[in-house]
Amino acid sequence: MSMTITETILARAAGKTTVAPGDSLWVKADILLTHDVCGPGTIGVFQREFGPKATVWDTDKVVIIPDHYIFTQDEKARRNVQILQEFVRQQGLPHYYAPGTPDYKGVCHVALPQEGHVRPGEVIYGTDSHTCTHGAFGAFATGIGNTDAGFIMGTGTLLLKVPETMRFRLDGHLPPYLMGKDIILTLIGDIGTDGATYRAMEFAGELIAQLSVEERMTICNMAVEAGAKNGIIEPDARTLDYAKARTDKTLAPLYGDPDAGVAWQKDYQVDLMEPCVAEPHSPANHALARERKNVKLDRAYVGSCTGGKLGDFVAAARILKGHSVKLDTFLVPATQTIADQLQTETIDETPLARIFSDAGCRDIAPPSCAACLGGPPDTFGRTQGAEVVISTTNRNFPGRMGSKHAPIYLASPLTVAASAITGHITDPREFL
Amino acid sequence: MNKSEERVIEGRIYVLGDHVDTDQIIPAEYLNLVPTIAEEYEKLGSYALCGLPDANPPFVTPGKIKTEFSILIAGRNFGCGSSREHAPVALGAAGVRIVIAQSYARIFFRNAVATGEIYPCETDERLCETLHTGMQVQVDLNENCLRHNGDAARTPLKPLGAVAPVIEAGGIFEYARATGMIGEKDQPRP
Repeated sequence: MSMTITETILARAAGKTTVAPGDSLWVKADILLTHDVCGPGTIGVFQREFGPKATVWDTDKVVIIPDHYIFTQDEKARRNVQILQEFVRQQGLPHYYAPGTPDYKGVCHVALPQEGHVRPGEVIYGTDSHTCTHGAFGAFATGIGNTDAGFIMGTGTLLLKVPETMRFRLDGHLPPYLMGKDIILTLIGDIGTDGATYRAMEFAGELIAQLSVEERMTICNMAVEAGAKNGIIEPDARTLDYAKARTDKTLAPLYGDPDAGVAWQKDYQVDLMEPCVAEPHSPANHALARERKNVKLDRAYVGSCTGGKLGDFVAAARILKGHSVKLDTFLVPATQTIADQLQTETIDETPLARIFSDAGCRDIAPPSCAACLGGPPDTFGRTQGAEVVISTTNRNFPGRMGSKHAPIYLASPLTVAASAITGHITDPREFL
Repeated sequence: MNKSEERVIEGRIYVLGDHVDTDQIIPAEYLNLVPTIAEEYEKLGSYALCGLPDANPPFVTPGKIKTEFSILIAGRNFGCGSSREHAPVALGAAGVRIVIAQSYARIFFRNAVATGEIYPCETDERLCETLHTGMQVQVDLNENCLRHNGDAARTPLKPLGAVAPVIEAGGIFEYARATGMIGEKDQPRP
């Protein structure tokens, strides 16, 4: 029977020759990812159910990347990191990236592939809804809760229902003013925040070969904002090269059958898409940037797993070079590697960090999730009042960045940078 | 916890609309609390739904740790957003026993089932437009229906379907034990 890439991956991990949407299967984990917000609870469930002396099923497959509440004085947040550290020591886990040490990385969904833990064809479970990011590499990756994660810690497997696949065929040529964020916000605007509930969002078409690995991550990252179980893109030379350069393990990519049936398919021409925003308070509130010039802003924010990658800062710097910002502008690189690259990468021989400081942005913050999800009151960039924010992050629910009185507009780093210069929502074509 | 014996639930309802996300159910500020630590579990309950816009009546009266509303009524896509298990846990810890929505976001639904904290029931009826916060109702899981005004108004609920055995067992661990997937609690390896 013909299968999509999501189905071929789940079949192999469940030890089956074929599977069909709706089948309930025990699916083996290749990676279990957790962090400081959900790790302590996961460990609590694991020890409660398997006993205080239980050992994890495979120490090489558990990856713990603290990233959420790192640069805070909050006592419980600090205690939670201690819980992780104690567990890592007790279990002898090799893949832990400790805050306050040279091993510290930053945002887990950018650090996970960066450190070689994402391989095409594998199954990744993570205690974070944006685990779907890793579908960008042709992996099946999905977000789970603490209880399911505690179960996997003990058994290495999880009962899953095979999702139906929705195929988004993206054709045409990517214009220089359009980014992965515009594409995914356009698609979510089209289908709604529950348009893909329980389903796999598969992104295909001529566009894929034109996208960097980072831009593919931006798109897959937000599959969960449409309710999807996973987002996925078939691997190609670019993803295989990326993965190979970061792991010693043998890659075993999988692909879909060309004649595999899908539950839904729609074709899109990316040339026809335009820079956009998602208006408060839903990622599906799509509006064109050029039609929202009347929206005055207080703050610009570039950061997070979906919008704090090197390419996101390069895009913002392309716009900001030679200009001054009118908005209070916050920059939070996703990982320490990216933070270092902001000092070394240049545009016309000027380092990105210099472009940002010359434009009047705030000092670049250390890597973490920071204000993307609000967090403790002393979190960098967190809204405290009624600030109107334009942000490269992935959610704009009420209170998402801290204060529930602060409206959030989601946009690409090009659009965020253009808006930072003018003080209102601005189509980046005005500066390109 | 095994709630399979609690087949008829009576209580007052709190009514919400569509797309109530996990940041409104439990704002990220409180994710420093760990659900498996008893006093922090209680505390999560006291913050349940405190992220709702100010126009909503308080779900948990300030100063209290439990809600007076044991049944939530919602529209479409309840629990969208984060994978934070703190969300169904906060509702369960506050004293919610059942949510009746038109549909759920996948991870929230799964977490509700896996933890056994709350029953996530579905209905085709748009109850969030016909019922009001504070009404007294009875949810009968034997007959899969919600009643208010005695038997005068009876709304059918959808059967729980494929997840029913997991809920009936009391969560993913109990289900796995019942089916031989893992061993008993003191000898958990298969």
